[in-house]
Amino acid sequence: MPPLISVCFVILLLPLLGFAIQIFVGRRLPDHGWYVPTGAILAGLALSLWIFFGHMLPADDPGWSISFKWEFIRIGDFSIPLGIVLDNITAVMLIVVTVVSGLVHVFSTGYMKDDPRKSRYFGYLGLFSFSMLWLVLSDNLLGIFVGWELVGLSSYLLIGFWFEKQSASDAGKKAFIVNRVGDLGFLLALMIVMWLFQTFDLAELRAVMADFGLHGVPGHMEFWLTLTGIGLFCGAVGKSAQFPLHVWLPDAMEGPTPVSALIHAATMVAAGVYLMIRIFFLLTFDASLVLAYVGGFTAFMSATIAVAQWDIKRVLAYSTVSQLGYMIMAVGVGAYSAGLLHLMTHAFFKACLFLGSGSVIHAIHHVYHEVHDHGRDAQDMRNMGGLRRHMPVTYWTFLLATLALAGVPLTSGFLSKDAILAGSLAFGMLHPGHWLLAVFGFGAAALTAFYMFRLIFLTFHGEYQGKPGEERHLRENKLNLTGPLIILSGLSVFFFYSPNPTDAAAGWFYRLVPQPEQPVLSVGYPSGAGHAGQSELDDPGAGEFASAGLVKRAFATSVTGDGGADSHAEETHGGAAAHGGEVSAGHDAHQDHVHHTAHVRAMILSVLIVLLSIGAAWLTYLRRKISAERVAAALPRLHRFLKGKWFFDELYHATAVRLTMGLAAVCAWIDRVIIDGIVDGTAWVVERKSFLVGIFDDGVIDGGVNGLGWLSRTLGKGFRRIQTGDVQGYLVGALVGVIVIMLIQVL
Amino acid sequence: MEQWVLTLMTFVPLLGAAVITFMPRDNHNLIRWTAAAATAVPLLLAFWIWQTFDRNLAGINDPDGFQYVVQFDWIKAYNIQYFLGVDGLSVPMVLLTALLSFLCIFASWGITKKVKGYFALFLLLETGMMGTFVALDFFLFYVFWEVMLLPMYFLIGIWGGPRREYAAIKFFLYTLAGSVLMLVGMLALYFTGGHTFNLLTLMAQAGTFANPSLLIFGMNFAKVIFVAFFIGFAIKVPLFPFHTWLPDAHVEAPTAVSVILAGVLLKMGTYGLMRISFPIFPGVTKYFATAMAILGVINILYGAYCAMAQTDFKKLVAYSSVSHMGYVMLGMAALTHQGMTGAVMQMFNHGTITAMMFLLVGVIYDRAHHREINGFGGLGVQMPVYTGVAMLAFFASMGLPGLSGFISEALVFLGAFQTYKLFTFLAALGIILTAGYVLWMVQRVFLGKLNEKYAELPDINGRELFTLVPIGLIVLILGVFPMPVLDLMDNATVHLVELVKNF
Repeated sequence: MPPLISVCFVILLLPLLGFAIQIFVGRRLPDHGWYVPTGAILAGLALSLWIFFGHMLPADDPGWSISFKWEFIRIGDFSIPLGIVLDNITAVMLIVVTVVSGLVHVFSTGYMKDDPRKSRYFGYLGLFSFSMLWLVLSDNLLGIFVGWELVGLSSYLLIGFWFEKQSASDAGKKAFIVNRVGDLGFLLALMIVMWLFQTFDLAELRAVMADFGLHGVPGHMEFWLTLTGIGLFCGAVGKSAQFPLHVWLPDAMEGPTPVSALIHAATMVAAGVYLMIRIFFLLTFDASLVLAYVGGFTAFMSATIAVAQWDIKRVLAYSTVSQLGYMIMAVGVGAYSAGLLHLMTHAFFKACLFLGSGSVIHAIHHVYHEVHDHGRDAQDMRNMGGLRRHMPVTYWTFLLATLALAGVPLTSGFLSKDAILAGSLAFGMLHPGHWLLAVFGFGAAALTAFYMFRLIFLTFHGEYQGKPGEERHLRENKLNLTGPLIILSGLSVFFFYSPNPTDAAAGWFYRLVPQPEQPVLSVGYPSGAGHAGQSELDDPGAGEFASAGLVKRAFATSVTGDGGADSHAEETHGGAAAHGGEVSAGHDAHQDHVHHTAHVRAMILSVLIVLLSIGAAWLTYLRRKISAERVAAALPRLHRFLKGKWFFDELYHATAVRLTMGLAAVCAWIDRVIIDGIVDGTAWVVERKSFLVGIFDDGVIDGGVNGLGWLSRTLGKGFRRIQTGDVQGYLVGALVGVIVIMLIQVL
Repeated sequence: MEQWVLTLMTFVPLLGAAVITFMPRDNHNLIRWTAAAATAVPLLLAFWIWQTFDRNLAGINDPDGFQYVVQFDWIKAYNIQYFLGVDGLSVPMVLLTALLSFLCIFASWGITKKVKGYFALFLLLETGMMGTFVALDFFLFYVFWEVMLLPMYFLIGIWGGPRREYAAIKFFLYTLAGSVLMLVGMLALYFTGGHTFNLLTLMAQAGTFANPSLLIFGMNFAKVIFVAFFIGFAIKVPLFPFHTWLPDAHVEAPTAVSVILAGVLLKMGTYGLMRISFPIFPGVTKYFATAMAILGVINILYGAYCAMAQTDFKKLVAYSSVSHMGYVMLGMAALTHQGMTGAVMQMFNHGTITAMMFLLVGVIYDRAHHREINGFGGLGVQMPVYTGVAMLAFFASMGLPGLSGFISEALVFLGAFQTYKLFTFLAALGIILTAGYVLWMVQRVFLGKLNEKYAELPDINGRELFTLVPIGLIVLILGVFPMPVLDLMDNATVHLVELVKNF
């Protein structure tokens, strides 16, 4: 085992050990053992940093990768190994997971200080960290699926952590079941992949795809590959809360707030995006389109819902759904590196926002506790206001993270979001039919800036909206709550990702996580490279032409213009015949130009839109020049529609849930009335008309009952006499069988 | 030792039963410990077999592939042999039987009614089960099959719940019908296949049986006999629509008997198909494979829907068995290496997981004296250890990765998809339904506010933990390292699939 892999195992297994310790002895440890999983994850954080700074950055190699496999299942000659891979993407994900998880552990030491089930809480956090780390370390689809389900389990346990509350246990159940709907797609994809390729290993699958790039995709496989992509995407739709399965995430806010930050904002929900990044090379053009549109629509739809919510955590939840939509759209339009970068930047600033809201809720709870009022909702923004003066650290960190989320220049969010917007714009420019994606993207950006500043103004500015005199109980939280906020908001500055605040491609991230080759796209792709790929299907001699299809994601956009990712014209295979090569090279020059134009336009447009939106929020919620109530009153239907979250819950309840419960009732009825009716009827006939049957004596049925009653009285006297009653009937039956067979033989 | 190990495993419990009948009826502890000792012997022997079993031999239809074989004439006039042996199909079942029988003795500690009769019958039952799994002579197989039936009938009918007579008779009638069909088929084979009951000899004549000019009742011989066997075994599995004896029998049976019923007896149906029907009628197996797969899918979905509608805790678990046995059927019918292996693995895993679930229902029934799901609530607060163990079992039943159920379900899906695209996709809908009924039940029983009535309920005790923890460990370990059991069977299952496919 390579030494770095051993380190990965240590990072992986420490939280699991913490979980085991907490579950078995946690309650007996001093102070419920919060320090066990916390220590485990902080050790993991230190090791992850060591890998990142000590190995990944010095290596400075996009292809850097170490892996290790072991046998999991073997049947005859067939085997399914599991394995761990450490490459640039994993190293980045390790940082994301351990940083957020470590800080959430620290935050929880304050937030969950007085909870009676604290030991279990920290245990579950350990289980989650293990599962998430396993997910990002796995080198194959089955391993990812295992981690996928286990993070779902931890999420279920933590959403329903306060399970005495009906709404909490409902939310946990809903999250798990809705995710299972998505998992059905994942499972289907696993079955197809196993059937087509007999392997789950991502490296091997990539090799197969590269081979397709050279020789063309066999015609019948295109359909199945598209289905695989869409199936895996279904899994991501569930886990990353995309339309139409997004309904579980807002409800998941029933869990403790640090959990929302860790699982339902930063890490687990991003697993869907991570999966899409990992299987990028499997996506066909059709599958990519599905991703792009679902992601874009989700980004826009949930942003509209966030505008009309009053619960501070729900606003953030819908915002998370929306941002995840951005990431999915990024993968769909081929802005691969931008998607992963946004995953990373979003993880930090969104975790900061959630923990900040936790800090606010903690403070408000404290107030209500002091004045003995437990009837009010500590999460309703209408009860807040003016907290800026009392909680300066929370305010400033929250503001910084909000700027990042809104995509204001000089923040990390600007870098990544701008790259995605440019991607959607470039996609629309290259494929004139697909302008809607850019509309979704920019529309969501406008709404994001608006609802986030609405949140800021309502919560932190203006006057405190509670009862008079309560304000004196408001106070800033201690360092174990504010410390994580400071660190996370610090990570929202552009500097950590790229030295150039306007161009993500100038940074280490784009250099180390470049766009991979995506050979399958040549099939069905309408441009020159695609034609080359397709012509190969007809004419095997034209294999060289197909190599043009190997250009990295031909139709797409690695976004920031002249970044390292776009030097692929040279990478079309050297031996490519002039025709294919020229088509591709000309095509690439055109693309570079488009990307560059799109990047500039997107930047100007998004800055304008964001500033306008912030201004609108300022006028509405701070200066009160625009009355939100009057706007709502003028558009009552739209307002109700948004406030009602587009009525998805109601729709699903009226259809899927009722259909399932109805079918269950029908099946139970069939069982009880029809099948058992036939059975009992037969028994009745046998019993009543036994003289017709003749050879069956009454003993078969009545004898059974009578013999039994008799037996229970006389059992102690020995087994000898049991043999009467029903048994003789049975023997008669057996005898009939023998006779029938004998007769057949004789005849 | 090699030669006699299977005989010992089979008949030591019978010996124990005989000894118990001579014991004073009031000395309950003596009887219980005797029973425990009589089941401990097969368990130790099974463990020894697990250690020494040669994983490279396939068995199935290869006389040299069987291990621990003992063979001599029993009733010479009819060429009936005492012929025992195990291969990769039977060893997992033998392990399961020995383990569950031993643990069930401890789960039966609370029985106070006619203790002597109960334990004697229980031991007799183990002899029947063990014998069925190790017999290689059809007649012997049949005898053990019937030996198992009678004690089960009495265990339900005497020690069962309020509707025990109805349940026992229903069980008996169904099984009787199955037995008669099997008997008819067996005799037909005997007379057609040259007067032998030796299963391996019968398998060697698969070509003769498949001859299309061979008729019975004017119909194709192989198809008719296959169907007769199939119905006989389907009743045991139980396959829709022959399954309604199962919920009743489970609900009325005492805890330990439910465990045996679901954990071991159901497996005899699928085991019978693999051991007898598939290798003797490989051609017909292929012919009916799609039909069997469809039945499997119906079981998965129909069982899950029925489970969702139940309000009785035990009935819910019973219907979940119907659903989970559907995976076994689907995996077998796919006739692929992964599918068949997944099916056998699922038989083993379902045996352990469902045993846990029934034991858990028993624990709560002993305390609350009812099984109404809606009558509980909030047990997670009052009984945290019990809840923890229950979560393990229920999540395993849901096929959560890291627990054994996942391995077998995944293998079944992967294997079945290669043969049946649409049916396997439909079957996969079961994973949503299972999550639905399990989580809904968990919510109603363990979550929410504690029902005030149960504020004094004691948590699970040491004896109960003793019955649950070993199975829980197996479920967990096999979920992470499935090979120790998987490698027992993989040569046999691969061989069986090749045998059928290449016929």
